[in-house]
Amino acid sequence: MEYFIQQLINGVTLGSIYGLIAIGYTMVYGIIGMINFAHGDIFMISAFIALIGLLVLFGVGITWLPLVLIVVLILSMFLTAAWGWVVERIAYRPLRGSFRLAPLISAIGMSLFLQNFVQIAQGARIKPLPPLVSGGFVLMDSGDFTVNLSYLQIVIVVLTLSLMTGFSLLISKTALGRQQRACEQDRTMAALVGINVDRTISLAFVLGAALASVAGLMFLLYYGVIDFFIGFLAGIKAFTAAVLGGIGSLPGAMLGGLLIGLIETFWSAYFTIEYKDVAAFSILVLVLIFRPTGLLGQPEVEKV
Amino acid sequence: MSVLKSENLPPIIKDSFITGLITLILAIPIVGLPTINATEGLQIEPRWSVVIWMVLAVFLGRLVLNFWWHREQPSSSSTSPLNTPFLQSLQQLLKFIIPIGVLFALILPTMPFASRYVMDVAILVITYIMLGWGLNIVVGLAGLLDLGYVAFYAIGAYSYALLANYFDWSFWICLPLAGVFAAISGILLGFPVLRLRGDYLAIVTLGFGEIIRVILLNWYEFTGGPDGISGIPRPSFFGLEFKRSSEGTFSSFFGLDYSSMHRIIFLYYLILALALLTNFVTLRLRKLPVGRAWEALREDEIACRSLGINPTNTKLTAFAIGATFGGLAGSFFATRQGFISPESFTFIESAVILAIVVLGGMGSQIGVVLASVVLIGGTELFRELEEYRMLAFGALMVGIMVWKPRGLLAHREPTIRIETEGSS
Repeated sequence: MEYFIQQLINGVTLGSIYGLIAIGYTMVYGIIGMINFAHGDIFMISAFIALIGLLVLFGVGITWLPLVLIVVLILSMFLTAAWGWVVERIAYRPLRGSFRLAPLISAIGMSLFLQNFVQIAQGARIKPLPPLVSGGFVLMDSGDFTVNLSYLQIVIVVLTLSLMTGFSLLISKTALGRQQRACEQDRTMAALVGINVDRTISLAFVLGAALASVAGLMFLLYYGVIDFFIGFLAGIKAFTAAVLGGIGSLPGAMLGGLLIGLIETFWSAYFTIEYKDVAAFSILVLVLIFRPTGLLGQPEVEKV
Repeated sequence: MSVLKSENLPPIIKDSFITGLITLILAIPIVGLPTINATEGLQIEPRWSVVIWMVLAVFLGRLVLNFWWHREQPSSSSTSPLNTPFLQSLQQLLKFIIPIGVLFALILPTMPFASRYVMDVAILVITYIMLGWGLNIVVGLAGLLDLGYVAFYAIGAYSYALLANYFDWSFWICLPLAGVFAAISGILLGFPVLRLRGDYLAIVTLGFGEIIRVILLNWYEFTGGPDGISGIPRPSFFGLEFKRSSEGTFSSFFGLDYSSMHRIIFLYYLILALALLTNFVTLRLRKLPVGRAWEALREDEIACRSLGINPTNTKLTAFAIGATFGGLAGSFFATRQGFISPESFTFIESAVILAIVVLGGMGSQIGVVLASVVLIGGTELFRELEEYRMLAFGALMVGIMVWKPRGLLAHREPTIRIETEGSS
């Protein structure tokens, strides 16, 4: 029982990270119907930016942790958002109206480019970071197994929840969110009523990248090691989460992220850790085959 | 430059300046502040000179691009008619290039410069040509984006390696079997997932490729896990082995002096024959109803369905045939290397093969050849730039998509068309 609760806590934490990345996939897919294959690498870049930010701040002698984390978070959100914007501008915007697979191939190229760019610029070795936020509560203690809830896990879950609440409000209440939803429904019509469609699409990429950057910082703090290749697996799993929840749906992405995090954690805990990636991929295949619209998605009507 | 109007100049400068500024912002952390793994933990060693060079390069590049765009605008209407005769003469030229290329490939081992190294590179390039042609059936003809093609390559390689290791079967029995196994796995994968839309299919095939790799990596008792399989038998020439021995070997049968080059040349002809077989089958299939159905399906699935073509079966054949050739190439890879491990079958390999198909022009057989020669042969020439190789691949994929989405030598011409009055 204690073991189960501990895995539940770990799974929710991991799921929060996946959920934040999944929002980037789901927004872009909702608005222009393409899989932004490079999104996982944007997440990887954000983790590197966060790492560099932390090292620089410690280097200049600022060591009060809450301040450091907040500064790094904001800095990394802005810089990662800039990366997201540039990627969209270079690799996707010129391809609007091209044939179906062109943006996807371009995105794969972009993903390879970003991975190798970071590998060359930052080195191929893994980058370890000593744990910064340590300590936590002991929830249960049965003698042979203790259930820990670390401060970092609380921070991750609370931050994710508040970001997701804020983000949902942004999409449902503000003019900006209305524009996003309008472009999602009908781009031509949205343009006719005076919405700058190009800017709205750019904004989807920027917002997705900013959320991924939060995930990047949390990943860095939680696992303590990053390398140039983390974006690939995290990206695939977050995409699986987006598909599981129903691609194009924001609550779906959050739910999907949570489920993927839980499934992966429980799979590693109760079955084999080697095949945990296979579990995520198998779920993706099964969901696509049996329920392509996902849990909360709406069926796509094919128009001729 | 004479066409350039002077009022265009300030916006051009401004635009280039902004591009440079964005580059500066992006480059400062990632390029300017590299993290160095030192003994006392991570260190940061700033290198601002690289950032400045990058910003300057981007600024100047954008400036040149801007001038180019502004220069072209007034004469854009006159460029397209000029292009057509050029393209036609290129088409004529291609007719001669193909036989010459095949002839050159056939006599390559007899050339004076055909050293061991040249032959090795040639074998590698032709292996990728074969993989490219195999994937071209799936991506170029049927229009299905397969990101897990390397899985079939791996299945072919492991089929041969395991059959040869466990049952001691000869390469010539295992080669078709490897193709059959790959085809079966293609059908098994394709059957449930080919109903999916294009980009979902791409992700599922990517997942499949990774699943195969993870299984190969972790099923230690059967596949040797990360250690791979070594001591894979070399192929024999109708039962004559390539060994230094007096009895029953290739050199003794033909009364030649033993040379290790014999085997290399034999392998070269083997892969050349396999690749030409792939090409021949593809070209013939394109003339069959199923090939026509692939191309029709690529252009418009709904129209196909309303004409009574079963899209799932048609896609499945493309998938299975593409997988077969991947399996054959994998089996060849295993016998050439003598050692295989899951390391050889990563997603990057799929991406390289896809890049060859995409850059060559999807659906174009000769484009695949050109792209493999340039990408694989070219990177062999610049061995010291190894780490920039995938960077260039990625940039090329994006660049080609933005510049010429149909690839360099695009072949999207339908194989047949109904001649109507008025159309030329």
